[in-house]
Amino acid sequence: MKRLLPSPLLTLALLVIWLLLNQTVAPLHVLFGLLLGLIIPRLTLPLRPTQTRLRKPWVLFRLLSWSLLEILRSCFNVSRIILFRKQQDLNSQFIRVPLDLKDATGLAVLSCLINSTPGTVWVEILSDSHELSLHVFDLHDANWWIDTIKQRYERPLIEIFEQEQA
Amino acid sequence: MMQLPESLPLWLGIPVVFLLLAGSLVTLIGALGLLRLPHFYQRIHGPSITITFGTGCFLLASMLYFTGLEQRPIVHELLITAFVLLTAPVSAMLIMRAAVYRDLRNENKKATENLHQSLPKPKTD
Amino acid sequence: MITLLQYALYFSQFCLLLAMIFCTLRLLRGPTAQDRVLALDTLWMIVMLFTLVLGISFADQVYFELALLIALTGFVSTIALAKFLMRGEIIE
Repeated sequence: MKRLLPSPLLTLALLVIWLLLNQTVAPLHVLFGLLLGLIIPRLTLPLRPTQTRLRKPWVLFRLLSWSLLEILRSCFNVSRIILFRKQQDLNSQFIRVPLDLKDATGLAVLSCLINSTPGTVWVEILSDSHELSLHVFDLHDANWWIDTIKQRYERPLIEIFEQEQA
Repeated sequence: MMQLPESLPLWLGIPVVFLLLAGSLVTLIGALGLLRLPHFYQRIHGPSITITFGTGCFLLASMLYFTGLEQRPIVHELLITAFVLLTAPVSAMLIMRAAVYRDLRNENKKATENLHQSLPKPKTD
Repeated sequence: MITLLQYALYFSQFCLLLAMIFCTLRLLRGPTAQDRVLALDTLWMIVMLFTLVLGISFADQVYFELALLIALTGFVSTIALAKFLMRGEIIE
């Protein structure tokens, strides 16, 4: 079972993509999608060095829905700033956030979420101190940002991806 | 010019119109931010609202409209949504890192040039 | 309802065209290379949205495939340009 299905989530995702592209649920297409889903993960197995298992999908779901709300909220904030704020008042800064998260997949998800949220852009992880360098569009309180990222984003990700090692 | 259908139910038309208006306004605001913000590190935040909110609105409108038009659920716009949501952060991060590296490199170059100028010139005799 | 939808479509086409003009101005003016890459990326994204609006106004689903292709090529080209900005000038 493990050899046949190295990553069941990827198989499922490929099947769904195939069905969406063809806009059908005809049995033939389901079969072909399953075939693709069986072959492609095995071919790309060497390309994915770290195997991650998704634990606690409900935490991930909660994190994603919370960050969707956050994206909407900061969209309005950024639009308001672009339209109405004087440009001299803008306080755009680089800030540094110390990170505890080590898992590569978790860091990838974290970077996607942070970059999707308007107003923040991930720059890089400083490798010597494991700090995240982040650019904020309109900084009012650096500690608030650090707290938000650590509480809202990092803690659920640690729960999802790193629970076993702890 | 346009080939719109004869009629559209009201429950479908109003959300589609609203989403189109919101999406186009947000896209315009994002491009305006790209144009008039003074510094590059501020300008990179302008298009991000275009990419998340604008794209979301237009894709939702398209999904609703075709679902109502064809009388069956049409959800393949979700593919573009997922693709854009996965790739836009990557390209934003790469552009940002390229900008930071280039700026750092320029600063280094300037610093070394200044250093060379401030050094006393070797005597030639 | 249909006339309202038609006006909304005209309005969004106008807005997207204006946004494309803004991006082009930034592309031409942009003081640094990263500004131009960012403007090109945004312009490509707006072209994708324009394709979706065209798909709605012509009631044709072929435009969806076009939008998907535009999104794919835009991502690849932006990544290539950004990598070039980072690495290209190391060998001077």
